[in-house]
Amino acid sequence: MVSLTIDGNVVQAEERTPLIKIAEKLGIRIPTLCYHPALEPYGTCRLCTVEVVKKGRARLVTACNYPAEEGIVVHTKSERVIKARKLIIELLLSRCSKAKVIQELAEEYGVKEPRFGEGDEDCILCGLCVRVCSEIVGANAISFTSRGIDREVSTPFHIASEECIGCGACAYLCPTDAIKLEDIKGTRKIERWDTSRPLQRCSICGNYFAPVAQLEYIKNRLNLPEEIFQNCPNCRRKSYAEQVAALGHI
Amino acid sequence: MNLVLVDDIIARYRWEKAAIIAILQDIQREFNYLPQEALTYAASRLAIPLTQVYSLATFYRAFSLKPRGKHLITVCLGTACHVRGAVRILEKLERELGIKAGETTDDMRVSLETVNCLGACALGPIVVIDGQYHGQMTSVKTDSILKKLRKL
Ligand code: SF4
Ligand code: FES
Repeated sequence: MVSLTIDGNVVQAEERTPLIKIAEKLGIRIPTLCYHPALEPYGTCRLCTVEVVKKGRARLVTACNYPAEEGIVVHTKSERVIKARKLIIELLLSRCSKAKVIQELAEEYGVKEPRFGEGDEDCILCGLCVRVCSEIVGANAISFTSRGIDREVSTPFHIASEECIGCGACAYLCPTDAIKLEDIKGTRKIERWDTSRPLQRCSICGNYFAPVAQLEYIKNRLNLPEEIFQNCPNCRRKSYAEQVAALGHI
Repeated sequence: MNLVLVDDIIARYRWEKAAIIAILQDIQREFNYLPQEALTYAASRLAIPLTQVYSLATFYRAFSLKPRGKHLITVCLGTACHVRGAVRILEKLERELGIKAGETTDDMRVSLETVNCLGACALGPIVVIDGQYHGQMTSVKTDSILKKLRKL
């Protein structure tokens, strides 16, 4: 355990805990875009910038991946932090001027017209989609490609990936809503990845409920009852409820 | 495509995942670029996600996913070369060859590329032709090099 100070609160924490987790427990909100508690921190959006004073020297670090150390003093709202954060938001706004999250942040921090133009990119390269696909799903369908100003997220060779199971975790996590997912007539389409996947029909109600590829993927990994792959969650819930109700009559 | 060649290369590195960059270099030496089929095959043989291989292949300037010409001209645009007029040399080459940086002539003879520092700044501006470094490049020197290349 180490002892540190965050915005005047002296706290104990497990050594190397990311500052953001400690702040969270104290109810101190630090804005983030590329952070997700279930994924490895990535430190790429820089929005969670805070000031750390260590041995009398202050510097700006990212709270999502800066580890707790003995005796450090952290400021999450100092003048320097706010100034840096404003610039970061301005840069993000210059890249993705139409993204709602960024607009909201700009509003909150009083960032008006960005000085560096108003781009209409939709992706901020936060890497949440890439990380969830590899770390949690394990499909490895997308990754960062190229570098510098050409850096982007894509499938290998920009063609539909055989690895994509159509689960939609990427679309779910994307902070800027850059990944559109559509279920149309028995097919799931993820346009950004050039992917379409057939959906499985529920054997009870006949509604489409999940991509076949995703169900196969789970089936190969987990030993679950067959009905999970045949029936939609709604019908399963209903049938469980009926079973429980039937028990009540005994 | 002869994928046995890819197998040979991988075997030389004892199926070592960590050697992926060296393997990609060898594949490129073999085929003159990184063919999609070869990358897909190498990834599956090494059990590395294709996404990772593709990220690497697109990250390094030295790799090319498009077929390259017989000869490769690389113009350094690093800071030192830049201030010494590398851009003018590049523009001249583009004009003479009728292609832009990153492209290959239609007859597949010459590819033109740029790089952001070769680490030999004192020699700038530098143009590398088929692995040979030509320092202190000038417009006149460019002409004579192109003339030689045409004869090759
Ligand atoms: S597509 Fe969305 S989730 Fe993926 S890197 Fe871009 S902004 Fe992040
Ligand atoms: S949340 Fe910390 S850098 Fe993005």
